[in-house]
Amino acid sequence: MQFDSLNEFLAMGGYGFYVWLSFGSCAAILLALFVSSLRDASKLRNEVRAQMKREERIKKAKQQEQV
Amino acid sequence: MNPRRKKRLLAVIAIIFGVGSAIGLMLYALQENINLFYTPTELIDGKGENKEKPFIGQKLRIGGMVVPGSVVRDESSLDVSFKLMDTGPMVTIRYEGILPDLFREGQGIVAQGTLVEPDVIEAFEVLAKHDEEYMPPEVAEALKGIKHEKPKYNLNNEN
Amino acid sequence: MWKWLHPYAKAERAYQLCNTLMPYFAVITVVCLTVGWVWGLAYAPADYQQKDSYRIIFIHVPSAILSMGAYSSMAIAAIIALVWQIRNAELAVISIAPVGAAMTAIALITGAAWGKPMWGAWWVWDARLTSELILLFLYLGVLSLYHAFEDKKSAGRAACILAVVGVINLPIIHFSVEWWNTLHQGATITKFDTSAIDSSMLWPLLINIIAFAGFVGVVTLIRLKNEILQCERHRPWVRELVGRGE
Repeated sequence: MQFDSLNEFLAMGGYGFYVWLSFGSCAAILLALFVSSLRDASKLRNEVRAQMKREERIKKAKQQEQV
Repeated sequence: MNPRRKKRLLAVIAIIFGVGSAIGLMLYALQENINLFYTPTELIDGKGENKEKPFIGQKLRIGGMVVPGSVVRDESSLDVSFKLMDTGPMVTIRYEGILPDLFREGQGIVAQGTLVEPDVIEAFEVLAKHDEEYMPPEVAEALKGIKHEKPKYNLNNEN
Repeated sequence: MWKWLHPYAKAERAYQLCNTLMPYFAVITVVCLTVGWVWGLAYAPADYQQKDSYRIIFIHVPSAILSMGAYSSMAIAAIIALVWQIRNAELAVISIAPVGAAMTAIALITGAAWGKPMWGAWWVWDARLTSELILLFLYLGVLSLYHAFEDKKSAGRAACILAVVGVINLPIIHFSVEWWNTLHQGATITKFDTSAIDSSMLWPLLINIIAFAGFVGVVTLIRLKNEILQCERHRPWVRELVGRGE
């Protein structure tokens, strides 16, 4: 360990602002990209599911008309 | 032309134009920087085949090493002056402002400013250049035999 | 010779391949990112010149390397898409582009935050910085070109052509520090012979590079799966898959 206390670690020898700015924005960008990709995936699945349900309803309605 | 194709064409033209002009502008800016870049030797003896010398009042960039022992700080203001050299003659740089943390004697720097005398530049920007070597202080001391301490510039001198 | 590759031109097989690869990339990313960040931030020694500010190298260099690595893979996919007309390759181009753009953005932001205290400026119009900025515009150009067309066939072709043409920028970025008089210093890692970086700093750096590569892999796979599903949404295999709750 290079630092003796948490405060020293956060201060980064006076460069805390720049170091944490870099690591913070890096983490934010990585996280945002990851979450938005996962969100797209679940959105897409919901859309397919909704489409399937709609088609099922149309199919049923048609069958009832025939009866 | 149908509206959809027109919209598409406009989008493509806009993108190509945008990217093209961005690249063009940057290359232009880069070229400008390179043209106006001098080393201390080039500044004194002239640059290129024609030995062109910059004129007084010209804006230029200069890169070189800070001559050890040449840094003079004004005690009441942020004014600082130092000498810059590469292999030959020295050039004096005058600057008012806060220097980057890496600025120290023996360090490579790039200054931007106006030529006020044949060998004096009034800089409005001083940037420090560092090399691609990274090592812990102990290793540096053992390897290079130098202690890299920030030189103390009698800033709060009470004499 | 290439026969074993052919099945992966089919969407369903490619989707399954993504699923198989994903856990490996995910584990590599989580492990290396944790180890790399903790090692780089807390355990690596401070630099003799730049003190603790040099720790930005542990994200700056990986993101910069990956911004170029992602571009090369995107360009290879684009060539495959253009020459062999394989739809999945086109989808790969569109999946990599946002990830590469993110890497480029990180490299630029961390570079600025490092340049301010050390050089004395957030930004300079230096050849290295400028060419990296052009890389960001190339990624954004590929993406916006793809989304500008409604007809996805010509959209894919246009995006692929730009991706291939933009490859010219890669050697420019790499050699910019040698060709021009840049403020940016030369390459550190590829200078093995003279050991430009001490091994106590090189190891965490290499781990972080692996971590970033793993991240690019994971997110590209997720996005590629999305793109494949989007394309094949009316096919029975997708419906079966979604019906199973996968």
